[in-house]
Amino acid sequence: MDPDSMAFIFLQAFLINNLVLALFLGLCPFVGVSAKLETAFPMGLAVVCVMLVASLCAFGINILLVYFNIEYLRLICYIAVIASAVQLVEMTIKKFSPKLFRMLGIYLPLITTNCAILGMALFQTFDEYSITQSLAYSLGAGAGFMLALVLMAGLRERLELANVPDACTSAAIAMMLAGMLSMAFMGFAGLGG
Amino acid sequence: MVAPQKQFESPGFDTLKEGIWKDNPVFIMLLGLCPALAVSNTALNSLAMGLASTVVLLGSSLLISMMRNVIPKQVRIASYIIIIATFVTAVDYTIHALSLELYNALGAFIQLIVVNCMILGRCEAYASKNKVSTTMVNATGMGAGFTLALFMIGSIREILGFGTFFDIPLFGPDFQNWAIFILPPGGFIVLSLLLALFAFVEKRRAPAKTEKEGGHGS
Repeated sequence: MDPDSMAFIFLQAFLINNLVLALFLGLCPFVGVSAKLETAFPMGLAVVCVMLVASLCAFGINILLVYFNIEYLRLICYIAVIASAVQLVEMTIKKFSPKLFRMLGIYLPLITTNCAILGMALFQTFDEYSITQSLAYSLGAGAGFMLALVLMAGLRERLELANVPDACTSAAIAMMLAGMLSMAFMGFAGLGG
Repeated sequence: MVAPQKQFESPGFDTLKEGIWKDNPVFIMLLGLCPALAVSNTALNSLAMGLASTVVLLGSSLLISMMRNVIPKQVRIASYIIIIATFVTAVDYTIHALSLELYNALGAFIQLIVVNCMILGRCEAYASKNKVSTTMVNATGMGAGFTLALFMIGSIREILGFGTFFDIPLFGPDFQNWAIFILPPGGFIVLSLLLALFAFVEKRRAPAKTEKEGGHGS
């Protein structure tokens, strides 16, 4: 497959370099929201929306920063843009689906400090993707985050019924599960071939 | 054991100790997990990451604590993020200037210190409410705890994965690299085992303590 094609970039972000399981980004919401499937899925959707908006804005801002030769302000600009994108998505969700808004609760504003989003914006800048490639990348990254979250939630719901040792309370056993999922995702490395 | 410890037990020392063990940001509060796993494949990288985060934490805590009466309540989170981002940019450029090799090994994760929830959490929960001196003690403790946690994870992964410690070979030429510990799954597994260990030790200590307070033990 052509490494610059949109399909390849999407697959790469979605499976091969999965943000959560291969690059360790966005672990806080991954551990925090993955206890139940009914919150994990909408959370994943919200992250996909923020990713798309943030990716487009980051692309535009980077052009401006390079034009004015002030790349050292990149980090500050990106984080400000992400905070506003989160606010935007929050208002949109509140307007169109109050039910979903209530379900997500505190986790919605916390997307601002989700390192998956800033990481995605930074990687897209470092790899010098064009605007369509950036879109494919952010869509893949968001979908990958959602996939990891939903898989994990499904596993943890089954884990409720299992009998785990006392010391391995929720966090330790969740990390062990993440390790196994991550091992499974290593198998996708061959896709890049 | 109790007598020599007593003379250090000023409130400052207590807050310092809290950050290192009782409220350890990584093992107890589960904050800042992303950098703790992402760059901890060798002891050196994890130590550098821990120190960089500590510097950012100290700088931003100091500034926020000094400005705590100036920043309006409504925009405090945004202000904190901007302050943190400023310090991170400074640290990023410093590491770039000092050691290009380290800069390449840590990659984008230096810039991602901005979204380390450990730092924002400390600023919001402690620096915004306390005076400068106690804030600095607390930030030092938290930073030390974070660095220690990263260093533990990094050492275990390097020793098992490469058979070395700070690039010094430990096991002789016949050692087979246990590659899984260098790869992403190893990070999760090591952290999981350490979390279980911490929980186990806490569980063992808790009943022992109550017994002591009840006057049964020595």
